[in-house]
Amino acid sequence: MVEILDWVRWGLNHSDRVLMLTFEHLRLSLPAILASLLVSVPIAAAANRLRPLREVIVSGTGLLYAMPSLPLFIVLPIILGTGVRDMINVVVALTLFGISLMVRSAADGLAAVPEHIRLSATAQGFSPWRRFIGVDLPLAGPAMLAGLRVVSVSTISLVSVSAVLGVQSLGSLFTDGFQRSIVASIVIGILATALLALLMDLLLVLLGRLLMPWTQTARTSAGPVGRGRGR
Amino acid sequence: MNQLIEAVELLLTPETWTGATGMGARLLQHLQYTGLAVALAALIALPIGLAVGHSGVGRGPAVMITGVVRALPTLGLITLVALFAGLGLTAPMVALVILAVPSILAGAYSGVGSVDAPVVDAASAQGMSTWQVLWKVEVPLGLPIIIGGLRLAVLQVVATATLAAYVGSGGLGAPLFLGLRTYDYPLLLAASLVVIVLAITLEVVFALVQRVLRRALRGTS
Repeated sequence: MVEILDWVRWGLNHSDRVLMLTFEHLRLSLPAILASLLVSVPIAAAANRLRPLREVIVSGTGLLYAMPSLPLFIVLPIILGTGVRDMINVVVALTLFGISLMVRSAADGLAAVPEHIRLSATAQGFSPWRRFIGVDLPLAGPAMLAGLRVVSVSTISLVSVSAVLGVQSLGSLFTDGFQRSIVASIVIGILATALLALLMDLLLVLLGRLLMPWTQTARTSAGPVGRGRGR
Repeated sequence: MNQLIEAVELLLTPETWTGATGMGARLLQHLQYTGLAVALAALIALPIGLAVGHSGVGRGPAVMITGVVRALPTLGLITLVALFAGLGLTAPMVALVILAVPSILAGAYSGVGSVDAPVVDAASAQGMSTWQVLWKVEVPLGLPIIIGGLRLAVLQVVATATLAAYVGSGGLGAPLFLGLRTYDYPLLLAASLVVIVLAITLEVVFALVQRVLRRALRGTS
């Protein structure tokens, strides 16, 4: 119990640093989460279009996830021509991991859009592009959101590893805490990372409800209608 | 790019691989850590996972624990345990086992849970005991998914075992961190490349095993 008080006191005494590192953590993870979504959707759409290659593309990008994060943080600078401690490497590496998770859920979500809905959209005069934006994308939305939530949690937890290379993030609380034997620093770091992941998840769920209000109303309006039928 | 060429040249030099702290010894250590951690995790997670999948009891908590542990930053876990356990193998091993348990657990309960209820009912209707239903029906039919859980665990552990060297153990992380601290980029890159090749090789081998198993199951049913 006394230890918990110590940790809280340490956290309060170092709140400035924890906040600054949280900000750095977000600066690395947010672009990666956004980029993996933006890159994955076209790849998934193309994979679905090229039937015979679909499994190759989806499994191939999935294989990226087998790449260990720390070595990737080290090898990427050579390919990109950046320094080892540059934050761009971390963002690119995290984006690659995000893509490896996201392409499958985007491809599955898009493939699950019923064919007759697609055909009727075309019959109503939707151009392929407008059909993709106005019909396919919203209908695949819930599946994509589920995938993006996994990407978000995994990215926020993976960022920390880059701290051993000297890139600042909440992971710096682990390396500092270890080198100076401060248990509170590591505990606060773990809690802050978990809290950040949780908040991002809540934010994504809220964003999903805002952008896809029908996933909400479908559930609430089904209630009274269902009951009415019973009577 | 020059550094990459130097790293490959370093890997092609026989002396790099020999000796007590050579890349060969480090690779062997890395595989030993991975094997031990996955074996210990399987010892904990497989019985629990099979029991949860078979009975359906405790599925909610199992799913929740799996999710929470996956969100834990591994570096935090390793350094925290290291402060209590001291330098050496204990800290990384505890962290690696904690990391591997959720994947194996999830694979085991969803593998057993994926077997069609009529098949399970038919097996007990034929007079099979609970134990026989589990071992002769549920485990063989759920095997591809159970192996899938082990595959994910091996993958995560192989990657994370690199961090063991950060808290004073061996494995392929040792030459990696040595290269990082002494600004020896060819060594740093060479060690990184070996970890990447190792992880991808294991992933491909597991994918093949899973595919063969799926085919075999489809053949018998």
